[in-house]
Amino acid sequence: MHPVDTMGQTREGATYGFAFLDEDAKRELRRAIFKAVCIPGHQVPYASREMPIARGFGTGGMQLTLALLGPDDTCKVIDQGADDSVNAANIRNFFALTCPGVTGTLRTEAASVIQTRHRIPELPLRADQILVFQVPYPDPLVVVEANAAKRRRMHGRADYARLWVKLYEDMVAFDEITISHRYPTRINGHYIIDPSPIPRFDVPKLHQAECLYLFGAGREKRIYAVPPHTDAVPITFNDVAFAVENFRDKTTGQRHVCRRCGADDSFLDEFPDNDGARVFQCSDAAWCDMRLDRREAAE
Amino acid sequence: MAYVAIRGGADAIKGSARLMDALRAMGQSAPLELDQIERQMPLLHSKVLSEGSLYHPRLASLALKQSLGDSLEAAFFLRAYRSTKPRLGETAPHDTRTMRVVRRVSAAFKDIPGGQMLGATPDYLHRLFRFDLMDEGPETFDQITRDWFGNRPNGETPLTFPKVLDTLRAEGLLAPLADSDEAPFDITREPLIFPVPRSAQLATMARGETGGLLALAYSNMRGYGDVHPTVGELRVGYVPVMVPHPVTGKPMEAGEVLVTECEIVAMFEKTDDGAPVFTLGYGACFGHNEVKAIAMAVLDRAISVAKDKGRIANPSEDPEFVLLHVDGIESMGFCTHYKMPHYVTFQSDMDRLRAARGKAEEAADAPR
Repeated sequence: MHPVDTMGQTREGATYGFAFLDEDAKRELRRAIFKAVCIPGHQVPYASREMPIARGFGTGGMQLTLALLGPDDTCKVIDQGADDSVNAANIRNFFALTCPGVTGTLRTEAASVIQTRHRIPELPLRADQILVFQVPYPDPLVVVEANAAKRRRMHGRADYARLWVKLYEDMVAFDEITISHRYPTRINGHYIIDPSPIPRFDVPKLHQAECLYLFGAGREKRIYAVPPHTDAVPITFNDVAFAVENFRDKTTGQRHVCRRCGADDSFLDEFPDNDGARVFQCSDAAWCDMRLDRREAAE
Repeated sequence: MAYVAIRGGADAIKGSARLMDALRAMGQSAPLELDQIERQMPLLHSKVLSEGSLYHPRLASLALKQSLGDSLEAAFFLRAYRSTKPRLGETAPHDTRTMRVVRRVSAAFKDIPGGQMLGATPDYLHRLFRFDLMDEGPETFDQITRDWFGNRPNGETPLTFPKVLDTLRAEGLLAPLADSDEAPFDITREPLIFPVPRSAQLATMARGETGGLLALAYSNMRGYGDVHPTVGELRVGYVPVMVPHPVTGKPMEAGEVLVTECEIVAMFEKTDDGAPVFTLGYGACFGHNEVKAIAMAVLDRAISVAKDKGRIANPSEDPEFVLLHVDGIESMGFCTHYKMPHYVTFQSDMDRLRAARGKAEEAADAPR
């Protein structure tokens, strides 16, 4: 039996401090964020803390968000573009539990901090907004070099030749670059980043943006940033254009549109409905809702 | 943060959590008491203590109860709790010679100073079911306890024992212990950037996942490597935790932790002055977990061999390969995450496959 100990734990364990992490951890995270902003695209190592959700579920993004949030902030969490995805709901609930005062929102334009997995919102973000990405693989070189120490040297020397060789091999084998998401993107003319598993559709949004993009890899313990007004260029060849997902129907040649709001320029989720027919719908739920609201207001 | 009501996912995860709880409660079994977990499943409990990297026996029991007995999940509870606690200070290195020993064996010598002490071990049990255990009452426990203590003479065994390896050191067969004044690497406050010092290597393995360490160490034992360990000494016991007094700075005892420690002696190597000596591998972890301590000691040696030779010949000798893959919280989390929605990236994959197939069809249709 441990009576004294147990009482201590009950008292202490009942409430956690604001934003869960201890203050030293938050301070360390903020220092890493500053460094990441100062060296665009450079992966800053940090002592990633364990979160109460599993590694791989967004612990890097969560630590950034927890270090950024103050009681005046308004926060939005999305996964696959949607607010109601299980993981987004789970993380939102955690913030609700541990960040008293912070306002939750589903509206992109209302949020000061947005944590995301796999998407950049369709609505262009403003200078007073921060987008926090959850990152599984922070290093774009991992596809060509498994050893972390070697990769670190390669980044320092901006030695990315093997990435281009990979693209070239794709062209030889498939006549197409086969990288679908996590597209290697050169930041400010030096470091190449893994922009997290966003689709190619979202990569151009990184370039010369108004807002700050922060990337947090919890398991791999790295933070990096694409600051506002910074070049972000997906790597490709002079004679092979970077191509985003096109959603064109193979037979009609027409682009599919969202079945809810009719958008013909958004990233779409494609899925079979109950009758087995393929349907298309905006992946960004807030964007879709906003368009529907506007249409309703206009009518 | 104010709660935002939304559709779908939020309701589903709430329902799922309630069902988890219901599965635990439904049926006829009595609620598990934390003491039962700690007392009757001490080896499972030990795994959680060491992989959770927080010595809190009571919370380790709660973690096991809450995680329905999954040791990875239970260790995870302790780790997450740890993130909310600041680091208060640093202790001086602990000398395990002060360990209150409950078991110690050496495979290197028939007899050792202080004697071999088998203690409690399943090593020589026949793994035959004792079907009578299926129906035990409290009176059985009383009887077993009485029988054990009944004929025990007091003060027969000493509390502490000398180290077996000191004998080898005295003879010069092992290199003398170097007094290191290097500050230990705190893996909870610094990320691993390779190359890392040995203290980081040991700390990472000390909270590594037992199965992960075992798999990599076993690969070395089988032939992907050549450590060929002899267990110089394996000891289990309670080590007094000495922390600096907040005012005087003098070390004072704050409690004790159950620790398993293993020192393996490996093949000899040349030293700078030419006389060869045996080499050493070290493993230690919270709780009673001998497989983990031995596996860790083998890997410690394997990595050091490669470092000395400047050549990595096997996965178990590669510090990056070993240290970045033995953490149970990280590997389990990442493995689990594949169950989460990935439909945006899959959409993107389909786009690329369709494009590549389109190109292939064009090429097939093109006139030759």
